Amino acid sequence: MSDQPLRMAAGGRIDRSRRLVFHFDGRRMAGHPGDTLASALLANGVRLVGRSFKYHRPRGILSAGPEEPNALVTLRSGARAEPNTRATMAELFDGLEAESQHRWPSLRFDAGALNDVVSPFLPAGFYYKTFMGPRPDTRVWMWFEKHIRRAAGLGRASTAPDPDHYAKAHGFADVLVVGGGPAGLAAALAAADGGARVVLAEQMPALGGGLADRWSADGVRWLAEAKAALAAHPSVTVLTRTTVAGWYDGNVFSCVERVADHLPEPAPFQPRQRLHILRARQAVIATGAIEQPLVFADNDRPGVMLAAAAAAFPARYGVRPGRRAVVATTNDGGYDSAFALMDAGVELAAIADSRADPPVWARARAAGAGVPVLAGWTVLGAVIGLADPQVCAADLGPLDGGGGRRVACDLIAVSGGWAPAVHLLSQQGNRPAFDTERAAFLPGPLAPGQHAAGAVTGHGDDTAQCIAQGLVAGAAAAAAADAPARSRVALRRPAPLPAAARAGVAIRPVGEAPDPPWGRIRKFVDLQNDVTVKDIALANREGYASVEHLKRYTTLGMGTDQGKTANPAGMALLARQQGRPVAALGTTRFRPPYTPVALGALHGAEVGATLAPVRRTALHDRHLAAGAVMAEAGLWMRPWYYPLAGEDMDAAYRREAAHVRAACGIVDVSTLGKIDVQGPDAALFLDRVYANRMDTLKVGRVRYGLMLREDGFLMDDGTVARLAETQYFVTTTTAQAAPVLSMLEYLLEVAWPDLRVHVASITDQWAAMAVAGPHSRAVLAAALDGIDLATEALGHMGWAEGRCAGAPVRVHRASFSGELAYEVFCPTGFGEHVWDRLMAAGADHDLRPYGTEAMATLRIEKGHIAGAEIDGRTTAADVGLGRMASARKSYTGSVLKERPDLVDPARPRLVGLEVVDASARIGNGALLFGDGDPCRGHGLGHVTSVTWSPVRGRYIGLGLLSGGLDRLGERLIADEPVRGRRSLVTVVDPVFYDPAGEKLHA
Amino acid sequence: MLILHCPFCGPRDHSEFLYGGDARRTRPAPDDADGARWHDYVFLRDNPRGTHVEHWQHIHGCRAWLTVTRDTVTHEILAVTAARPAAAAGDGR
Repeated sequence: MSDQPLRMAAGGRIDRSRRLVFHFDGRRMAGHPGDTLASALLANGVRLVGRSFKYHRPRGILSAGPEEPNALVTLRSGARAEPNTRATMAELFDGLEAESQHRWPSLRFDAGALNDVVSPFLPAGFYYKTFMGPRPDTRVWMWFEKHIRRAAGLGRASTAPDPDHYAKAHGFADVLVVGGGPAGLAAALAAADGGARVVLAEQMPALGGGLADRWSADGVRWLAEAKAALAAHPSVTVLTRTTVAGWYDGNVFSCVERVADHLPEPAPFQPRQRLHILRARQAVIATGAIEQPLVFADNDRPGVMLAAAAAAFPARYGVRPGRRAVVATTNDGGYDSAFALMDAGVELAAIADSRADPPVWARARAAGAGVPVLAGWTVLGAVIGLADPQVCAADLGPLDGGGGRRVACDLIAVSGGWAPAVHLLSQQGNRPAFDTERAAFLPGPLAPGQHAAGAVTGHGDDTAQCIAQGLVAGAAAAAAADAPARSRVALRRPAPLPAAARAGVAIRPVGEAPDPPWGRIRKFVDLQNDVTVKDIALANREGYASVEHLKRYTTLGMGTDQGKTANPAGMALLARQQGRPVAALGTTRFRPPYTPVALGALHGAEVGATLAPVRRTALHDRHLAAGAVMAEAGLWMRPWYYPLAGEDMDAAYRREAAHVRAACGIVDVSTLGKIDVQGPDAALFLDRVYANRMDTLKVGRVRYGLMLREDGFLMDDGTVARLAETQYFVTTTTAQAAPVLSMLEYLLEVAWPDLRVHVASITDQWAAMAVAGPHSRAVLAAALDGIDLATEALGHMGWAEGRCAGAPVRVHRASFSGELAYEVFCPTGFGEHVWDRLMAAGADHDLRPYGTEAMATLRIEKGHIAGAEIDGRTTAADVGLGRMASARKSYTGSVLKERPDLVDPARPRLVGLEVVDASARIGNGALLFGDGDPCRGHGLGHVTSVTWSPVRGRYIGLGLLSGGLDRLGERLIADEPVRGRRSLVTVVDPVFYDPAGEKLHA
Repeated sequence: MLILHCPFCGPRDHSEFLYGGDARRTRPAPDDADGARWHDYVFLRDNPRGTHVEHWQHIHGCRAWLTVTRDTVTHEILAVTAARPAAAAGDGR
């Protein structure tokens, strides 16, 4: 076979001076710059490119654009392998590798094709009926599912990390024009002329749309002039290779620009794709129309192609899609394609026109070329070779039955009319209505801000008309955009095209063709999902009578092409089944995206380390220098533990916690939420917010506080320091800092605007470190100036201000660990300075840093609650703090916390738990059951927090247990079915360590 | 994908805002001990088709709580004012 046997000597927008080498299923072939993979395959005579979804039928190339249902390949290899890529949209580059999909062991000999033989047993709904029906046991389906999934499905994605990067661009336009055909180009010209800032998005690499696929001197001239005028205009941005995939509320459009998909790989620093998130005041939809196939026996065979696509291959790529063609049409447009094929050197064997009276001009031209026009005929079936599964003849016959004739050909070019691409309008709620004259769903009434022009309106019958509509729509959009006045730039408009000589849109609606004179036949409606005419009849018979149910039952219109070449025929056939007009059925609503979008384009740069902002405390570098293993806490990075050589986490945190109790430790608590509350009514305000009294707190003192939600459940806990009569310093937990601040602001602005209080977050302004352990007073005494640390001067829950090597600090004597402990606050900029001074002063007292894991150990030993206990489902009483809630005042949540179910004594309440066997281990979330009871259901409660306790020499935990401390001393089973672990535990007091509080008052 | 015209910061993307729910509720007085009134305030909501008045907070901007009138069908933002009565009345904050 010669190189590119179907490549024409001239014509097409390709560069014949350069050869590109590519591989399809390992076979080496050549093409040219400007080709798509589809055109290059056709040039090389390759027409079998894939196997179908369900029946594994051999499939070829149906279209020349984004609507392609069949020719899906895996493009590239390794980490860049991208499955289900449409060969009609993949631009050829040197070294391109593509693999056919969904075949084993090879495309030509596919074992799965057995499904085609047994297909009478695989009707629509087969899997549901067989595996899901009344049978109660879903394990049967579970077993079969993985085999069915392997047999069906499309290509497989690479599991390697994506080596490319993606960008996002936020843009604004007065007018967005979607589609770069004649209507869109004209709209952009007129909108720019009207002073608007215009973005024109075109999904193909080149502008022109259908205009560029037809050779007319006037058309070529107009296109060149329009492109030049737009390129020269400063307020026009033209985006090619850019698909407008979604249209969202507020006139926001997602536009996916394929920046580097036409290159072997992106250039350095070049994104592979760029997602434009574009806000437009007005939108002109000029998305054109999609030609529809015909429904006849074996209409899925390689060699059956949409007529306009068949004509586009010579015009765009200089490729003949076949040597000898039969054209079957329902409308005048089929003749344009037929004659274009003829002009490209394809032998035209016959034209079958399903209408009884083909147009005179077309008959005349066909007669002149000696091509028979068969009026009232259509194609009944595609005939394939015995050895080669592609078209070798077409069986033609009259629509009303009777004898037909077999015509040898290798291409069956079909036109079933044009379906306006109403997808974007439909996404925004437009309800397309069926137009009987044009046998198509046309856009319903447009909303404000929406304009449409060209074939999408159903009324763009020729280029001149499309251009005229575009000019009107563009001018209207510019006027409605009410764009800020900017200097008008003179725009040279191309001279108009002569009006077309033809008029009228006679079309015969697509129906099911009569059966050809052979045995078993299959007429496909949805090629990608292997939905046949019989499936639609079956669905209707079984009651799936609405279009939305038909879609879900048969999968008609699903998949990567979303039924772009299937829905119209599917609707027509369903309507016929029901003896109703198509208009009565309606159509399904389209959802974004219009065509498949790479996940990479959606996440853009928001992946890996740049997924979310990282918050680091002032002491972050000190932790790293000390060898800390860091852990995420929301957006914060916190030191988890500081392993010594050879230590794992368990060893490190146990050592750190024991060291705090024996000597002294320091932990970074800068991530606590910190709120400055100021104003004459600050005391009243906090008294209304906290469950315990805050107005009685004296200046110089700190108080632990509980905050409830309005529904009576616990919201947060923290400390409140009264800095002055009118100023409080409030801390929250790390996790609740933002919700608490928002709630305080809400109360002050909406509920109690009369209170004279301001709140401000000062979380980032203050660094904080807790120094805990018996030596902590000595450490602070050595490091700080101006503070009397004696208990008489600074007792438990007092605060004092002083200096640390010159830096201002405030010290709260408060303890989370149960030891004598201080929290040292300083302005963030002094954080490292104060840390360093404390560490230096602590050297003589064995001061060592500890992480959040050891901090948890210490607080569990002391029975303090944290996020695991304040889980949104617990009350103050549940966690043993009921007595803190004041009975003498009203506060947020005070009324609803008394709801009957919240005061039910059977509610799970906080207990301590300790493993019976010192070598046993328990984990968070373990369910609690009575010893000897079966471990079924939700049990008596669950374990909330767990640690290995240096004090107790075994695992201990906190838990929420029905009956609470009434069960003191009982043995329970802690069951962890997920971890396959079950241990005996004893119910103990939640305060494991120093219950009298002697240590922290020391 | 909505744009809210914050009266203090101008037009901003809705991702800068926190949704705060129905603005037509009235919070019982701080010392109101009536459980039924608190129950209705906390748990009962209308779910209107059409105009809905709701609170949003400009958390990534001025942090003001705002009263937003939104059409729940079209998502059109019909009005945005400061929730604090004095600020909404033009007295400043």
